[in-house]
Amino acid sequence: MPLLEPLRRWYDERFGDFFSHLVEKKQVPRHRHTLWYYLGGMTLFLFLVQVATGILLLLYYRPSPGEAFESVQFIMTKVRFGWLVRGLHAWASNLLILTAMLHMFSTYFLKAYRPPRELTWVSGCLLFFLLLGFGFSGYLLPWNELAFFATKVGTEMMAAVPVIGHWLVTVFRGGEQVTGATLTRFFGFHVAILPLLTTAVLANHLFFVQHFGMSVPPAIERRGQTRSPMPFFPNFFLRDLIGWYVALGVLAALAAFDPWELGVKADPFAPTPAGIRPEWYFLFLFQTLKLLPAKLLWIEGEQFGVLVFGGAAMLWVLVPFLDRNPEGRSGKLFTFAGVVIVLYIVAMSLWGWRG
Amino acid sequence: MRAPFTLALALVVGGAAALAAQEKPRPKVTDSCLDCHTVLEHPAAQKYAEDIHYARGLTCAACHGGDPTAEDMSEAMSSSRGYRGVPKRSEIPQLCARCHSDAAFMRAYNLSLRTDQLAQYWTSVHGRRLGQGDTRVAVCIDCHSVHDIRPSTSPLSSVYPPNIPQTCGRCHADVARMKPYKIPTDQLADYQASVHYQKLTGGDLSSPTCATCHGNHGAAPPGVASVERVCGTCHVFQEQLFDQSPHKQPWEGLGFAACSTCHSNHRIEATGDFLVGTGDRAFCVTCHTEGDNGWTVAKQMHDKLTELDAALVQASGLLARAERAGVEVSQGRLRETGAREKLIKARVDVHAFNARRVEETVGEGMKITAEVQAAGNEALAELAFRRKGLGLSLLAIGFVVLSLWLLIRHLERPQNQAPKA
Repeated sequence: MPLLEPLRRWYDERFGDFFSHLVEKKQVPRHRHTLWYYLGGMTLFLFLVQVATGILLLLYYRPSPGEAFESVQFIMTKVRFGWLVRGLHAWASNLLILTAMLHMFSTYFLKAYRPPRELTWVSGCLLFFLLLGFGFSGYLLPWNELAFFATKVGTEMMAAVPVIGHWLVTVFRGGEQVTGATLTRFFGFHVAILPLLTTAVLANHLFFVQHFGMSVPPAIERRGQTRSPMPFFPNFFLRDLIGWYVALGVLAALAAFDPWELGVKADPFAPTPAGIRPEWYFLFLFQTLKLLPAKLLWIEGEQFGVLVFGGAAMLWVLVPFLDRNPEGRSGKLFTFAGVVIVLYIVAMSLWGWRG
Repeated sequence: MRAPFTLALALVVGGAAALAAQEKPRPKVTDSCLDCHTVLEHPAAQKYAEDIHYARGLTCAACHGGDPTAEDMSEAMSSSRGYRGVPKRSEIPQLCARCHSDAAFMRAYNLSLRTDQLAQYWTSVHGRRLGQGDTRVAVCIDCHSVHDIRPSTSPLSSVYPPNIPQTCGRCHADVARMKPYKIPTDQLADYQASVHYQKLTGGDLSSPTCATCHGNHGAAPPGVASVERVCGTCHVFQEQLFDQSPHKQPWEGLGFAACSTCHSNHRIEATGDFLVGTGDRAFCVTCHTEGDNGWTVAKQMHDKLTELDAALVQASGLLARAERAGVEVSQGRLRETGAREKLIKARVDVHAFNARRVEETVGEGMKITAEVQAAGNEALAELAFRRKGLGLSLLAIGFVVLSLWLLIRHLERPQNQAPKA
């Protein structure tokens, strides 16, 4: 790119060779698990789709109980390609959490969190939690019946957090009940607070990835089963691009053939409809809390569940500091724990799905 | 939508009543009658705990007299203390009315409860016959039960709407019991075959039962002249239209009861467009023959109704096709509701027996149906556009993916690899 050369030189003179290094020297290890490396890029692509479609939806969306549902209906029926933009946003949000989840578990099982990449793992976990926050807050925004009651149930669970539970519920709901105040708050979280936090954490995560490079699984490293590395640019990037295009095609097909339903407008005075359940990625939590007895040990069952899940999430973030010997006994123990966690999540989600 | 709503309302009201009953514990009273008769396992005493009067603190003495505070039986059941024992059937209406016709007394228990039951009862066939000395007729306890009287909002009550047909049918479907009165006994069976019963048992507590048409405490057959008024209580527009219709005067002259001449009285079946017109099942052909004016009007009305119905089915089908494929059609559905309302109005208009009136309403309905059809076609066109757009996009994406893959292959050919440093 001779035209961009002066620009690059100008940049490098001021900020060092961060981008030149990315373009010229960054290498991607090649081995039988290289495929998993693409999940990070795919997650980033889907996040960018969310940003782009989210901005477009913002042009017409109105965050008030009197207008939210109608504005989404207007987007879907009157705005040119509005149905496509909303369809892409809704479907991409689900695929995004799926790829983020797969990315997180692949890095876990490939032990990519081991030194010196502890912070890459921690920032990735935080990003995942932020994405769940996006999913939870965005779900309410169309102000339909399903979203309204799922949010009601979801925020009720916050009350089980010891000491600050009631305060948390009030902060998130903007009062005692799910009302227009909740919608405005969730809108604020969804389009301002979460994007701000995500941008900061994502920038750090990408910096860590760039700085520490991609990890090679210890077993592959030990046995020397790597082939000559692949240049990130253009070889890996072009492959990434293929994946992104395919994802775009899948998203477009889903939006056209299976558009995200809008349902009926929320009626706060209506009784809770039967079969209310959260989005699929919260199902295992929901199902577990449902199964817990009213009283466990000396505390309420739901409170116990929230404490256990809160503790588990914290341990999950701290995995790189807990797994002191990823290539030895402790590493095997963590792999086994990971398998148990995956099986638990899958089984509970299926159970919750079947009702 | 009405049935689930009514059911929900009934549950709320019933639940609230049950809660209210639960929340208010029975006032503490001394009832030596109940104490002893419970020990004696007397059926009445055993049932009484379920009775609304028990819950409100009334003792056995309220109906049977005596002194419930006396511990000695002979004292408690002494005539000097007002003991009257088992009341005679002929005395029961007045006995109940001592409280239930006393507005001031009843106010302490239930502000909304009427206090004209006895006055109504004396106007009923039951009451009139009782007055003439016939004690086989129904008195209060025959319908409301005795010793386990529940409020009419309780699903266990014999006067809870879905239980009323059986309550009346206990006597009125009993051939032997009705024989002396020379009245038919097929009303219950007929009613149970009716659309009203179907709705009632389907959860719509507002659907008419025996008491809705005949009255409850003032129960009497409506008579030919007032049938129309009885049906018109709910079917208001049909009644008004019939009053303007060419059938009104001649039928009155012939002694035909208005609504029941076509729809029957107890066995009122679900209606349909086939009931009007010149088909085999149409009511009109019972009297009208081909060539007369009534025959022509009936045929015109039927044709118009079926025209709108068929057009709506077709337009609705278009919306359904688009909806199944995921196109948002709520606006079209809204218009469809408007067209359906016109169809319902046209079906009601039939009761004026005026083809022009039906035609006008159908015309309005057809205009809205055309809009529904346009919305359906638009939605299907949008669907086709989406599918074509998706096809083209996928082709373009496929082309780019293929190009990228070829580019990668080209770059990774050994001769194109950069020499290793």
